[in-house]
Amino acid sequence: MFPKWFDNWNKDNPTNIFGPAIAVGVAGSAVFVAAMIVGFGQPFPTESQQTGPRGTGMHVPEFVSDLAVYPDVDRYITSEPVVPTADSQLAIDVLEGVPPALANVTVENYERLLEAMRSWTGIPDLLEPGNDSYQTALAYSMIEMTQNINQNWAGHVQANAEVGVTCYTCHRGQPVPNNIWFRVGPVNDNVAGWPAIQNRVTMTSNFTSLPSTYLEHFLLLDENGQYGVAQVHDLVSRAENPPGSPLIQHAEMTYAWMNYFSNSLGVNCTFCHNTRAFYDPAQVTPQWATASLGILMVQETLEQYILPLETVLPPERLGPVYADVPKLACRTCHQGEQQPLNGLNVIRNWPELAVLDDLPDYSAFE
Amino acid sequence: MAYFEYQNIFTQVQVRGEPEMGMAMEDNIQGGDRTRTATFSNLAGWLGNAQIGPIYLGWAGVISMATGLLWFNIVGLNMLAQVDWSLTQFVRQLFWLALEPPGPEHGLSMPPLNDGGWYIISSFFLLISVMSWWLRTYLLAAQHKMGKHIAWAFLAAIWLFLVLGLFRPILMGSWSEAVPYGIFPHLDWTTAFSIRYGNLYYNPFHALSIVFLYGSVLLFAMHGATILAVSRYGGDRELEQIYDRGTASERAGLFWRWTMGFNATMEGIHRWAWWFAVLTPITGGIGILLTGTVVDNWFIWAIEHNFAPEYLGAYGYEAYGTYQDFGGVPAGGN
Repeated sequence: MFPKWFDNWNKDNPTNIFGPAIAVGVAGSAVFVAAMIVGFGQPFPTESQQTGPRGTGMHVPEFVSDLAVYPDVDRYITSEPVVPTADSQLAIDVLEGVPPALANVTVENYERLLEAMRSWTGIPDLLEPGNDSYQTALAYSMIEMTQNINQNWAGHVQANAEVGVTCYTCHRGQPVPNNIWFRVGPVNDNVAGWPAIQNRVTMTSNFTSLPSTYLEHFLLLDENGQYGVAQVHDLVSRAENPPGSPLIQHAEMTYAWMNYFSNSLGVNCTFCHNTRAFYDPAQVTPQWATASLGILMVQETLEQYILPLETVLPPERLGPVYADVPKLACRTCHQGEQQPLNGLNVIRNWPELAVLDDLPDYSAFE
Repeated sequence: MAYFEYQNIFTQVQVRGEPEMGMAMEDNIQGGDRTRTATFSNLAGWLGNAQIGPIYLGWAGVISMATGLLWFNIVGLNMLAQVDWSLTQFVRQLFWLALEPPGPEHGLSMPPLNDGGWYIISSFFLLISVMSWWLRTYLLAAQHKMGKHIAWAFLAAIWLFLVLGLFRPILMGSWSEAVPYGIFPHLDWTTAFSIRYGNLYYNPFHALSIVFLYGSVLLFAMHGATILAVSRYGGDRELEQIYDRGTASERAGLFWRWTMGFNATMEGIHRWAWWFAVLTPITGGIGILLTGTVVDNWFIWAIEHNFAPEYLGAYGYEAYGTYQDFGGVPAGGN
């Protein structure tokens, strides 16, 4: 292949080329990679949201590519309200099948809302007069639930800005929202007690070996009418409480629950806590307060609006183990975002869903 | 021979001959307990001595193996029972499954078999197994007229094992404090244990244990690298170098003395290694034993003892930026 003089010259001048080749290759590759990073930037750029004092590592990192507004936001259907006039008629006086929770809504706004709700929930015949399927009774209750959350839980759903919730916050165009949960525990066979409720890959355990029963533990009333309390550690260096209390088991249950929060909101521990002292009340962040209100909101919502649906829902909508009602919690609304739908203000155009018993407030549109 | 032939992760020389069968049986103090055959393995030769066997079991070894296998099988069968005897699920869930200690309501009493009873039984066998294996290391050292350094080092690890599974649960008054037997579950326990007691990183004995653990790693890397680097001068024949220091020892010592002003000796480096290794579980065990029995929140303990700083002053959240700067929809957007 090469001329003969070249082959001969090589034969007469044997050289170890491995050393220089490796050295040149390593150095050359390093220079190339460095030049590329300087020239084109970090290939997987990240952004950080600071959540605590500088130097404490309190921040939420995200890939910039994950921060793009996602399609659910663009699919949100909305329209400006029609401000009622003196001769506007109430829908409940004119139309059939108007939910009692919308008794104060005018005909124009009811029809506007109905169209939007059908798009939000993906149920084309929702509240159709004469439709006596379970969906009608369900819708009555869910509208009231939405109004209750907007009116009475503004501390959570409007913590930073006017955001609110509508059907779409959970439903996203589907009749059954994503990220609902059922009771699943005990998850292990042939064991009882503490060993029976954990160490199993389940959706609820977020594929960890932590307990799968934390949602019912913290969000549903137990037989004594109590909610489980997030117990992690003592707040003094030596406590006088009984040995072991709170127990490692409490910490593990709470850890499963916190992992759920983290997955639901797409954040890490330092979004709410200073991780060197998880439950020091002086070191939690403002988001911790918002999240704590959220827990109370979910407890009330489950108790008042979701659990009573047991008699309304058909068997195929009930849970696989206990035939229980599909339940909501953080992830049902948040779906991996700090604020549902990236903080989209969904309530602005829907004063009808913002009040529970009062007249809708259209003053912003006059 | 090119320069890089010394830089190989496997042993380069495998000596093969008649198998080395050790002392004649009648000279053996314990006598007659060794297996009678030996083979050679290429693979073993890359990692260490190519000769496999003979092996001495002795009564301690037999008891240890038997009880250890019982423990192993009890754990495995309990895991299998938890997936209702489905082998497929057993394989799928293996890393998640565990034999858990009893719930806290049982205290130190014997719980029902399906709520920690098997855990207690298997732990009993594991205790016997580990302790007889320790005895075996002691007896074999005696038989070889060796020092008992290996047995004492092993006992340091056993100290941590006993603190976790025996001493601390008894002091806390509940077997539920013990560590579950499972891959992920024991990691969950570790995290929960740290968080339960206010962040174990502020436990000074945990800190000491980490110092010795990482120190062991550093010493091992320094020592291994030094010996490999002078093995071309016979440095890997460490014993000869101890009583008749040759050029390998001289070079290794000079290297470190000229690098950092101090060097260990061929003998002393092994004392460094031994102490760092045994102090890792000894200090760790002290830290675990104090946790929950003497100190309930290590972070606050650390603040009280001026070991961790307290934050003073305002947090200044208003300067941190908002969610809208971080991928959120601008306020009021609709």
